Amino acid sequence: MTKAYLSIEGLGVSFTRGATTSEVLRDVNLTVDKGEYVSIIGHSGCGKSTLLNIVAGLIPISTGAVILDGQAVEAPGPERAVVFQNHSLLPWLSVYENVKLAVDKVFGSTRSAKERKEWVMHNLALVQMTHAKDKRPSEISGGMKQRVGIARALAMEPKVLLLDEPFGALDALTRAHLQDSVMDIHAKLGNTVIMITHDVDEAVLLSDRIVMMTNGPAAQIGDILNVSLERPRDRLAVAARPDYIRARASVIEFLYARHNLREAA
Amino acid sequence: MAMPALKTEEAAAAPAAAQLPPAAIHALPPRNSPSTERLIRGASAFAAQVLPPLFTLVLLLGLWQFMMASRTDGLPAPTTIWLESKELILNPFFDNGGIDKGLFWHVLTSLKRVAVGFSLSAIVGVALGVLIGSNKWAHRGLDPIFQVLRTVPPLAWLPISLAAFHQANPSALFVIFITAIWPVIINTAVGVRNIPQDYINVGRVLRLSPLEFFVRIMLPAATPYIFTGLRIGVGMSWLAIVASEMLLGGVGVGFFIWDQYNSSRISDIVVALIWVGLTGYALDRAVALLGRLVSRGSSAS
Repeated sequence: MTKAYLSIEGLGVSFTRGATTSEVLRDVNLTVDKGEYVSIIGHSGCGKSTLLNIVAGLIPISTGAVILDGQAVEAPGPERAVVFQNHSLLPWLSVYENVKLAVDKVFGSTRSAKERKEWVMHNLALVQMTHAKDKRPSEISGGMKQRVGIARALAMEPKVLLLDEPFGALDALTRAHLQDSVMDIHAKLGNTVIMITHDVDEAVLLSDRIVMMTNGPAAQIGDILNVSLERPRDRLAVAARPDYIRARASVIEFLYARHNLREAA
Repeated sequence: MAMPALKTEEAAAAPAAAQLPPAAIHALPPRNSPSTERLIRGASAFAAQVLPPLFTLVLLLGLWQFMMASRTDGLPAPTTIWLESKELILNPFFDNGGIDKGLFWHVLTSLKRVAVGFSLSAIVGVALGVLIGSNKWAHRGLDPIFQVLRTVPPLAWLPISLAAFHQANPSALFVIFITAIWPVIINTAVGVRNIPQDYINVGRVLRLSPLEFFVRIMLPAATPYIFTGLRIGVGMSWLAIVASEMLLGGVGVGFFIWDQYNSSRISDIVVALIWVGLTGYALDRAVALLGRLVSRGSSAS
């Protein structure tokens, strides 16, 4: 058996607040290969964000383990960079400074000041944001903020890039632009990516595999779908393909026929 | 050959022209040059800000004059104040030695005390606020005590500090310090506790050290709150200095007021009150302005 790059083994998470304990995730097992793009989809409250935060190290594990490149995940770190849903850029820093903060912290001892500066600009160029490098987050649009958030995460050279509903707060057109950008970057750099989403089309278009979560409490992985569409994928050309339609249909079938939200029914 | 062509054009144009009423010609008023217009706009905005308070002031002064002019006892009327304290109003910079000085020097002495006492309370207050804002046990241990102590009136601290320091000047400084520190502590603590979880997560993912986290994330995120506390604090310290100087004596606007009261020079007291009020207002604006400059962009998301 070959060792996976990232493996989640027998993961269980429960939160205790006062006398009540709520089990969020139960016995989650998942392996992700290097360079793979994996989406996690499920209804609200199914614990998909919890799963991502566990991999990020932001939430402590109750049972089981997360192992990345041979090392157990115990705390947050830049090798598991997160792109947060609401960008979470620091508003008192400019676009450049936001990325610079991460670069200085991660490469402060290994790269010269000049190399670090170039690396910041390189990553801003990757997301086409060099023109706004001196702007504050409040002066740029939501889509631009998310681009900078992606640049900041990429600049850490993470082993795995964690995207927490990165396009959730954006309008449909901006979202499509950003999805294309992320696909380009993934093709160029070959990052290992885990993305949380609740958008079926987004999951099918971007992912190699789609992990579908059952409803909580004690959510589990219900099914995993392989998306075998070859890359690069063009959203127009792909949309009419039978295998795209089939993949989309099976995710929808999972979400709405097999695991529909009880309160919604 | 040309004539028929012209005719058809006329014929085509005629019905269209018949539907349209003749265009009325309006004479536009002559345009002012842009700089003149800007000047006028600026002047009218200024007038809109300044005229209403000026109007209120004149109204109140008129009412005061009307009520007090015919009496010889009680509060002196504005005109009486002008006659009695002309010297004090017109020359704030005289210095005849001792405590016989112009109001400017009294206010300056008080301001120096506030500068020292308030700086101390700003430094200690932010430090304590960060401590109880970021540490659950420090919060549980200290917050109830702070909540009780902050309600103690400034003057009640004076006997305690006199007993502790034996001297007037450090006692006055302590009273300012202890009065101004509570809003700084409490607002800083609220600011620190309200740092968005996202910013904290950014710090955790980047593995910022506690010191880096403090400098790069906690302080900038809490800055708007800190300045709210500082602004309340500077106002309270000005309240405290005037009150404590009344009891301590020497140079200072507080003692000046007390001294004039003992000499029954009510007019001079009214003049001093105007100085106190304007200085307090200036202090408040200065801290507010500083806060805006420092926290530019901090509160926007």
